[in-house]
Amino acid sequence: MAEEKKLFKVTIDNITIEVEPGTSILMAARRIGGEVAPPAMCYYTKLKGSGGKCRTCLVEVTAGSTADPRPMPKLVASCRTNVMDGMVVRNITSEKVIDARNGVVEFLLINHPLDCPICDQAGECSLQDLSYEHGKEGTRYEFQRRTFEKHDLGPYIQLHMTRCILCYRCVYVADQLTERREHGVLDRGDHSEIATYIKKALDHDFIGNIIDVCPVGALTDRTFRFKNRVWFLKPVEAHRECNHPKCCGKVTLWYRGEEVFRVTARKDEWGEVVDWICNECRFEKKKTSDWMIEGPTRVDRHSVISQGHYVGVVRPQEVVYDVMGGRKPKLLMDIHSVSEVNEPSIDLSKIEGPAHSTDFEPKKLTN
Amino acid sequence: MIKFTDEKLKKVQEIVARYPEGRQKSALLPVLHLAQDEFGGWLSPETMDYVAGLLKLEPIEVYEVATFYSMYNLKPVGRFVFEVCQTGPCMLRGSDQIVDYIKQRLGIGVGETTPDGLFSLKTVECLGACGYAPMMQLGKYYREHLTKEKVDSIIDECRQNAALNN
Amino acid sequence: MGRQLLLEKIKVEGIRGYETYRREGGYRSVEKALKTMTPDQVTDEVKKSGLRGRGGAGFPTGMKWSFLAKPEGVPRYLVCNADESEPGTFKDRYLMEFLPHLLIEGLIVSSYALGCKRTYIYIRGEYAWIPEILETAIAEAKAAGWLGQNILGTGFELEIYVQVGAGAYICGEETALLESLEGKRGNPRIKPPFPAIKGLWDCPTVVNNVETLAAVVPILNFGGEEYAKIGIGKSTGTKLLSACGNINKPGVYEIDMTISVEEFIFSDEYCGGIANGKRLKACIPGGSSVPILPANLLLKTAKGETRLMNYESLSDGGFAKGSMMGSGGFIVLDEDQCVVRHTLTLARFYRHESCGQCSPCREGTGWMEKILRNIENGKGKSSDIDLLWDIQRKIEGNTICPLGDAAAWPVAAAIRHFRDEFEWHVNNPVECLTRNYGLAHYADPLTPVTA
Ligand SMILES: Cc1cc2nc3c(=O)[nH]c(=O)nc-3n(C[C@H](O)[C@H](O)[C@H](O)COP(=O)(O)O)c2cc1C
Ligand code: SF4
Ligand code: FES
Ligand code: FES
Repeated sequence: MAEEKKLFKVTIDNITIEVEPGTSILMAARRIGGEVAPPAMCYYTKLKGSGGKCRTCLVEVTAGSTADPRPMPKLVASCRTNVMDGMVVRNITSEKVIDARNGVVEFLLINHPLDCPICDQAGECSLQDLSYEHGKEGTRYEFQRRTFEKHDLGPYIQLHMTRCILCYRCVYVADQLTERREHGVLDRGDHSEIATYIKKALDHDFIGNIIDVCPVGALTDRTFRFKNRVWFLKPVEAHRECNHPKCCGKVTLWYRGEEVFRVTARKDEWGEVVDWICNECRFEKKKTSDWMIEGPTRVDRHSVISQGHYVGVVRPQEVVYDVMGGRKPKLLMDIHSVSEVNEPSIDLSKIEGPAHSTDFEPKKLTN
Repeated sequence: MIKFTDEKLKKVQEIVARYPEGRQKSALLPVLHLAQDEFGGWLSPETMDYVAGLLKLEPIEVYEVATFYSMYNLKPVGRFVFEVCQTGPCMLRGSDQIVDYIKQRLGIGVGETTPDGLFSLKTVECLGACGYAPMMQLGKYYREHLTKEKVDSIIDECRQNAALNN
Repeated sequence: MGRQLLLEKIKVEGIRGYETYRREGGYRSVEKALKTMTPDQVTDEVKKSGLRGRGGAGFPTGMKWSFLAKPEGVPRYLVCNADESEPGTFKDRYLMEFLPHLLIEGLIVSSYALGCKRTYIYIRGEYAWIPEILETAIAEAKAAGWLGQNILGTGFELEIYVQVGAGAYICGEETALLESLEGKRGNPRIKPPFPAIKGLWDCPTVVNNVETLAAVVPILNFGGEEYAKIGIGKSTGTKLLSACGNINKPGVYEIDMTISVEEFIFSDEYCGGIANGKRLKACIPGGSSVPILPANLLLKTAKGETRLMNYESLSDGGFAKGSMMGSGGFIVLDEDQCVVRHTLTLARFYRHESCGQCSPCREGTGWMEKILRNIENGKGKSSDIDLLWDIQRKIEGNTICPLGDAAAWPVAAAIRHFRDEFEWHVNNPVECLTRNYGLAHYADPLTPVTA
């Protein structure tokens, strides 16, 4: 037997566990799971240097360690703060944390277009989940929102900068997974944007992974056939013998009937990619015959996707933004309504045609 | 294709030598200043790509830096750029009036360049001359304790300078 | 006349050049340190002096130096922070422009104490004419044997380089400065690790302000204990103040930290009173980031004691009733000035200078600016004042670097002490466009004191 490693005891929201030294508060909290795990919009386990920026994962440290039990003066970013032996942390049991987090969510939303009803990411958007939990109804921001033109970064990827929260994850992906980074954060302050400067296609073998790491709908898959709502799709695990030496070939296929609508890497319960996949697997292999099917993906109970027993209609007449036609996306309220899909009492099959936000307004349901 | 003169290339070498082996990226800010001075007062994509090549960087690393710092011009500017400070301490001493006066004298707004390409007007944030306010930066130097009369004479001076060095 | 340790010789003709500087006693501290002291003894002198960082945070310099990690075979760096961009602050420029050798001398002694062979002066890009002055001084010092290999035959070697920035206040924050010095965007790093462990190019690094490093010279010359005798309490030695705004004699002053705020503003030796015979309305005593104080709270503490120009006294009363020494940028507002407008320019400044990495600062600074602009332009609502308060509260303490706090504090203090002026703007949307609120009740009329 190897000699026993000393473990650190840490208490988060009154639950005590032991973790290896060098574990961050966030990872320790994820070990406990559930609500004790702070939301993380910028940190990404597999991306070195990520985290610290969005400030959604702030927690209160009420005792630094057994050796030095003084509380930390400020809230700390749990993703970038390591536990100490005897540390006591408060996340959802701290009013300070909830107050600060509400503030952060509000900041993230003031310049966000809130166009969930027409956004590809709706249903699997971390910001949507976050605002569902922390956002207030309505907005206190009365100014024109910052906007950017959306544009294509080559044949595979579309950039909708207006939705970006500047988590920097895609920059780390390009740095760490591709041999050449060709996009980055340009300008500064509230003008910062993800861009290539001179419009260029991003086409490195692994660049497609930036779509999977994007916590919002800023980077989307142009080959995703028909803009769709993910909860209409059925995720299925599959793999293939990929020739790319660095690609694991293990993916999730997103079906609608018999058709593969898109291919993504597999994600764990925290929404993080389990293993990276190459562009070919993601963008070029859209036939069932390209893949060895393993079976349906086990979807987290809370996920919108898990509600996708969409049996009533096989094929929507139109895509969602056609349905929205001309109507302006509504503000925060729509996020709430869209998130109401989580409400198990709603049966999608009862709704005619593609569902949109108003279908989930409580008054309709009770009628 | 643009290229530094041999003299400037030597300067680049000198700058790179200030840092330990393999840390030539540190030379980026100073070399971008050199390039901006040398190639028309602004950083065109071509200029930035050239600097990237010189320092063995990816072009995006140069764009990221060039767009972050306020002293790099990403568009062509006039030959004389009036950068008037407008932060609190200067405001207390009348910088708003100076900006208005320059606008009126040059017939341009903030961020614009006169049709003859001679003057641009920019407002900037505190330049560390608060005690000598109102002030502006003109090229390498500061012009302090500005008054309307002083602005007039600075404009004349620039015009003369342009006429002489045409 | 107060005691002058830094600026004593600044008026000596030719002091910018090496010959004169040396003749006036320059570089004695280098001789003393290198020939008679170990590096640790130098650090001890600095500790004994009680010197606190002059860049704004006021952290004890000797203690900071003693935190520097010293792993075998890894270079260590000293970086001089000459980014000076805090509105109201222009003291470092004055020192570098007119007494460049004082800084070089301080850098040599400090580098010796820290065991650095390469030291950088990071200077803001807009000070475009100063690098030449510094480089000339460096060349002169090198020619005279104070830099290079085997200095004074002691085996100590050192090179000093000047690095220019390119327009970014945030590069004054020490980790953003290091990023910038590495040729990157000035994004502050997430701490820990602190620079003392992992700084420039991942090596242990100390970042100190220009004035801090210059102050090492008199500390060595007189001895730490002597230096500590000047001043009061934990405010030892002398401090440079850059005074600006509506005063008769704006400029850079060296004070020993025993004089009162009132004397500093009104005596002819310093600011010479309020310009144009006006009355004092308010003052930001330590650079734009620190809380603004109305005249009555500026001159007297909440306990009714005379407020002195030092670290402790200026912060007496906490944020509710005090302010901070900060960087020594002393901004004075006369009775005709509008606090709302002034606060707006500062909010605009911080929005402009936010690096944009973290959401509260990136989004919150712009939001505050927009609301303040509305209030200033007669378009504000009374709920806007509470909203502003709530926004600043949600930025403060929740960001990666202290720029977030620096943006929040001026807004908070302006509302705290001048809420009536904000309300007046909201309630008089037309009148506020043509005249200023004026003095109201918070500023006591004062009879100027004379020196
Ligand atoms: C936003 C921001 C801007 C700063 N700007 C400066 C500056 O311009 N000059 C400076 O010396 N310190 C500045 N500081 C403080 C530095 O981070 C650092 O504390 C200082 O250089 C340490 O030197 P000292 O201990 O000698 O004061 C700034 C800090 C922040 C957060
Ligand atoms: S507080 Fe502001 S300046 Fe500091 S890291 Fe965050 S965004 Fe950048
Ligand atoms: S996840 Fe920790 S700050 Fe973004
Ligand atoms: S405010 Fe204008 S130079 Fe400082």
